[in-house]
Amino acid sequence: MSLIEIKNAVKTYITGDTSFSALDDVSLSIDSGEFVAIMGASGSGKSTFMNMLGCLDKPTSGSYFLDGIDVMSLNSDELSEIRNSKLGFVFQGFNLISRTSALENVEMPMIYKGIEPNERIRRAKEVLKIVGLENREDHFPNQMSGGQQQRVAIARSIVNDAPIILADEPTGNLDTKTSIEVMEFFVKLNEKSKKTIVLVTHENDIAEYSKRIVRFKDGKIISDEVKR
Amino acid sequence: MIDFSSTFKIALRSLRVNKMRSILTSLGIIIGVSAVIIMLSVGEGAKQKISKDIESTGSNLLMVMSGSTTAGGVRMGGGTQPTLKLKDSEAILRDCPSVEAVAPVVSEVKQLVFSNQNWSTSVYGVTPDYMTINNWEIQDGHSITEEDDKNATKVAVLGSTVVTNLFGDLDPIGKTIRIAGRPFKVVGILKSKGQSSMGQDRDDTTWIPLSTAQKKLFGTNFPGTVKFINVQAKTTDDLSDAELEIKALLRERHNIGKNKDDDFTVRNFTQMMETIKQTMATMTLLLGSIASVSLLVGGIGIMNIMLVSVTERTKEIGIRMAIGAKAIDIRLQFLIEALLLSLAGGLAGVIIGIVIAKSVELFTGMNVVLSPISILVSFGFSGFVGIVFGFYPAYKASLLNPIDALRYE
Repeated sequence: MSLIEIKNAVKTYITGDTSFSALDDVSLSIDSGEFVAIMGASGSGKSTFMNMLGCLDKPTSGSYFLDGIDVMSLNSDELSEIRNSKLGFVFQGFNLISRTSALENVEMPMIYKGIEPNERIRRAKEVLKIVGLENREDHFPNQMSGGQQQRVAIARSIVNDAPIILADEPTGNLDTKTSIEVMEFFVKLNEKSKKTIVLVTHENDIAEYSKRIVRFKDGKIISDEVKR
Repeated sequence: MIDFSSTFKIALRSLRVNKMRSILTSLGIIIGVSAVIIMLSVGEGAKQKISKDIESTGSNLLMVMSGSTTAGGVRMGGGTQPTLKLKDSEAILRDCPSVEAVAPVVSEVKQLVFSNQNWSTSVYGVTPDYMTINNWEIQDGHSITEEDDKNATKVAVLGSTVVTNLFGDLDPIGKTIRIAGRPFKVVGILKSKGQSSMGQDRDDTTWIPLSTAQKKLFGTNFPGTVKFINVQAKTTDDLSDAELEIKALLRERHNIGKNKDDDFTVRNFTQMMETIKQTMATMTLLLGSIASVSLLVGGIGIMNIMLVSVTERTKEIGIRMAIGAKAIDIRLQFLIEALLLSLAGGLAGVIIGIVIAKSVELFTGMNVVLSPISILVSFGFSGFVGIVFGFYPAYKASLLNPIDALRYE
């Protein structure tokens, strides 16, 4: 079984008496160590798919197995646990907690995992060093550049040693130079740390960093190409 | 597993970030708690003061006052006509089974002179029983004795206010003072009782033997009369019986016809005091309740701010949920924030309440009693308020959908 196994996922939103299928019978499996880019215009269903992938939302019907766990059968607290231990999130808007230092932001997933304080601080410092922010530990998000903030977010996503990193337009708010830096980071994480990376983007040159490109349109997968 | 110390830290930090807001929010609780403490301690002080008063005035006490004259249908009030006789006093002790002791008293305001000092005070002609019935104690020397009363000796026992005013630092025992020009030897000094609940200085008093007063000092047109008689009933339960017995006896002795008014008044002193005490307790309760309303209002303030805080931090809640916070983690975070707000306010309120209560005591001389229970109760209540009013916002936060929360700007 693959690391991520989605079969016949349907997500229907009902507003009043009209219903709208954001995902229409989507099946996709992703193996450990893959670097997948998910592309599509806005409204194509890629965000809905990412939310589902990220265990933030469950499909209306279909099945989803993550690392062998049947996500469909979990309640919201169990979903929280899975997000905490199996998934790392990197968002377009960085989504760091404001007025909270870089170190404390990185510590946060470990708090919810129940790791004791000294170990938390040690590991947070370690991953901040990996992303090259060892001397920015005490800085608040508003004291850092976009690139630095995104690197804090990446540090946060890997601090619990989650096998999968989900990145939703991670370079959307960054300039080209910083975008390249951040993308090289993902490549390094994929190649050196063997992390599985799923990336949502609408930019072709960002998607080029990945090894596999899945395209969405109207809630369906219209192409799925593996490069090289 | 919930990491309380981290949750506590997170809550503390978010309160620190909004310092001004946190302080203003706590203010409601601060005012509430300090108000409750001040009200309860002032009330408790008054209650204890009255209890002490009852004790020092003498227990199971009735006061029989002479005369209420009626002129053209207008009753003139107690003491307007000297109808009580010394013999009445003796009869009450002899014929009323519920009565333990009696103390007939005459009194007039006279000028006292010692050396070049003078002082006007109430001079009481009393019998030896007066001291015990009214719970007086002797500070120095001795009280009026049976011998003094029998022989109508010119001796005086002084209250501490009189001593201070006439003698200053000198020892008055054995000295001779002049009361209305007549020499009296000071034989004793009374232990100070302080002010009564009505604000009278009970130490501004001088005692001489009853017989001396009647025969040698107070000129009267009605020989053998007394101003009032203090009566002590055997037990508290006997008070009403004693009152009835005295009324019946005096009506008979004074030949008062069936439809005529009494020419005397019986006051149930102890009952009066008890009534005042109960009134005070009710007042304390009332004031305490009003004060606790402000605690409640403070709680609503906390709920208001917590709701604002939850809305403001919707995105933060979304982020926390995305990276693994469970509903309980979010709920606890906000609940602890609310609790911290209210307990910090409670603590500040306790300190301010104690300081104000102490200042009240210092500056107004009111009796203020800080009971640990009232402090604990109001502090505990502030915590309770925090939990009650913090719960709904915390619960609301934990119900947020992570996707919607993340998208919130």
